[in-house]
Amino acid sequence: MITEAMILSAILFVIGTFGVLVRRNAIIMFLCIELQLNAVNLTLVAMSRLWGIDGQVFVFFVMTVAAAEAAVGLAIIISIFRHYETVNVDNFNLLKW
Amino acid sequence: MDILFYVFAAVAIGGAFGVVMARTPVGSLLFMVSALASLAGVYVLLEAHFIAAVQIIVYAGAIMVLFLFVIMLLNLGHRYRTDLRGGLFALLSFVLAGALAGILARHFSAQGAQLAVSASGAQAIDAALREHGAVGAIAQPLFTHYVVPFEITGILLLVAIVGALVLAKRRVS
Repeated sequence: MITEAMILSAILFVIGTFGVLVRRNAIIMFLCIELQLNAVNLTLVAMSRLWGIDGQVFVFFVMTVAAAEAAVGLAIIISIFRHYETVNVDNFNLLKW
Repeated sequence: MDILFYVFAAVAIGGAFGVVMARTPVGSLLFMVSALASLAGVYVLLEAHFIAAVQIIVYAGAIMVLFLFVIMLLNLGHRYRTDLRGGLFALLSFVLAGALAGILARHFSAQGAQLAVSASGAQAIDAALREHGAVGAIAQPLFTHYVVPFEITGILLLVAIVGALVLAKRRVS
């Protein structure tokens, strides 16, 4: 069960990475980052079957940080949308060399 | 038990593909909710009952509803084709994701055998679940050994609230 859960989390992480790379919509890129965070959470829960309950406590903290990150990130996206009228990341090239 | 795990895993992987491939942001979000809910099922199978409940309430409930609010507030269009990167970049990222998958698969197949044998944490968790219940088992280390990170998390949430308000507020000038 633990090995299968680790493989599932690896698959989810890879799909999340692929989504971040190929989509241009900033909100969906953000959703894919949440998917990656969830894959890591699954790893921690599976590993807590081996090394005790500390992994589940870490998952609790990761979820809190993810909630804070979602609130701040979505506020940034709203503020960018007010400025550019789009969330397509190709239009945000101010910091590009 | 095992068949349930494979059902949940299949739903989670399908939902993850849906997140990447859905045409509209709302569809993508609903696929994400299904993936998160099936991950909660996997957590139950791994005896992490409190984490499963928090996953449903906080992730699939609160955070996804926040995303849904923002998507509906911004009223995004349905231009899927312009959204997806095509050509060489997509191929390159596919190769990169494939390489990552290969590395992870090799790592887990090397480690998998010894992981399955030495499950010593499982007895400790089962004993804690019997003694304190599903919430008490995680509250016991959270409020003793990890109490300082827990308090810092509270400060982090306060900072996030203030930061989100400052960023999203319309400037009055």
